[in-house]
Amino acid sequence: MTEPTLPFAWEITAIGGLLVLATVIARLLRQRLSPSGENATIENLNARIMAWWAISALVALFSLGGDAGVVTLFGICAFAALREFMTLTAKRTADHWAIAASFFVVLPVQFLLVGLGWYGLYTVFIPVYAFLLLPILSALQGDRTDFLERVAETQWALMICVFCMSHVPALLTLNIPGGEDRMILLLAFLVIVVQSTDVLQYSWSKLIGRRKIAPTLSRTKTWQGMIGGIASATLLGAALYWITPFAPWQAALLACLAATVGFFGTLVMTAIKRDRGVKDWGPMFAGQGGFIDRLDSVLFAAPVFFHVVRFFFHTP
Amino acid sequence: MRLLTGVAAWLLGGGLILLARLLTAPRAIWQGIEPVPRQRVYYANHTSNADLILIWSVLPPRLRRATRPVAGSDYWLKSRLRAFVGHEVVRAVMVERRPEHRGDEDPIALILDALDEGSSLIIFPEGKRNMTDAPALPFKSGIYNISRARPAVDLVPVWIENLNRVMPKGHVIPVPLLCTVSFGAPIRVEEGEEIGPFLARAADAMVALRPNGGSKP
Repeated sequence: MTEPTLPFAWEITAIGGLLVLATVIARLLRQRLSPSGENATIENLNARIMAWWAISALVALFSLGGDAGVVTLFGICAFAALREFMTLTAKRTADHWAIAASFFVVLPVQFLLVGLGWYGLYTVFIPVYAFLLLPILSALQGDRTDFLERVAETQWALMICVFCMSHVPALLTLNIPGGEDRMILLLAFLVIVVQSTDVLQYSWSKLIGRRKIAPTLSRTKTWQGMIGGIASATLLGAALYWITPFAPWQAALLACLAATVGFFGTLVMTAIKRDRGVKDWGPMFAGQGGFIDRLDSVLFAAPVFFHVVRFFFHTP
Repeated sequence: MRLLTGVAAWLLGGGLILLARLLTAPRAIWQGIEPVPRQRVYYANHTSNADLILIWSVLPPRLRRATRPVAGSDYWLKSRLRAFVGHEVVRAVMVERRPEHRGDEDPIALILDALDEGSSLIIFPEGKRNMTDAPALPFKSGIYNISRARPAVDLVPVWIENLNRVMPKGHVIPVPLLCTVSFGAPIRVEEGEEIGPFLARAADAMVALRPNGGSKP
């Protein structure tokens, strides 16, 4: 557990500086190109940056409570995300117990295990135990309509909103030489790189985008945008190596990995939304959807990033 | 004693609203009408015992303080806690739904009294919870009689979406799912309008507020 020390005060200042820079650029763009809100892209960029301020402020606030505070914060986010996911999927009364257990047992237990650093259990608790137990609860109700579909939807909701979400604060439990009391910065590294990929790929798509990746899913995602976005996020990751325990080339490779997985994560989550005929997962943030809309790329990237970092850098 | 009751009612009311917000993050959608302090009769679909609390929780505080639900006394007076919530927290207009138990009491007279005191009302014209697959049960005559007796008061259709899934019949543990409460353009009884056509029109106005035209996502 880290105490709220300030040995990395200047790193935090620098990250804050990045945010200020992003805000200034977005405001200037708005002044020049969208003075009365007519350019949706610029407005969206400004809204996103405001959301980043809010997220940064919340992480900073909760990190005063040490690792437990950060785990709690992501537990709350998981609750809100799961609420959005279940609203779009859960269909029948027979699933009521399974849904209740997901919210009130599986979610808190998973985050408790992460908080305790019990790696051996929190990596299997949801994909093994919850996935076997919850269908039993549903089957006991004796409703066979769409059974597999209902079970699969609940399991996927847990996978994305609880399992994946819990791997963001799980980074704090890793033990990396050179990263002892500053693992929160590794968390910031992941979030900054992946969130920037979203904006960068969008900008590259607008600039040089030609071939759409999956036109029926997304009108904005192009191969050129993807390659440009991931490449520039990789550079950004390399440039941020000094907040991580890694060498520049290691930071670049990890950033590339997180950006790639995050990009395709957004695509997958878009496919689910299109299938359900909704634009956003929820109405949580004005004009930019719900928790899952804001975090989908991070959710996909988190477990992969976590396991790769753990495999190559973690010392028991 | 009076003060103590008031404080307890205030705390319990706040607690219920907080709980409703944590579980359902309820969103009010005002389409064709604004949340302004005017006297109104809100009429809503009825799928859950928590319907009333949900509508109550999305009304702006000023409107909420001026709004009283019309509630069935057979349900609301069953236990002391319910009676406290009914009388002190939501200040319900208690009416007897079963004619054979009414005696001299006239429900419409009680409702009109509340309107004449300046209160807005929330009523559930289906009369009981809708457990069917139909979007709404046939409306009772109450809202027609109210609108005929007080033609200057707007009737505002309200659609509550999703709450029946938060706590289905037979379950006591609610699950967190997002809910919306849609308020639509007001209606009144037209000059010479018969009860049948009016009730059908009122029900249509309410059902039309369903998100996605009612198709389950």
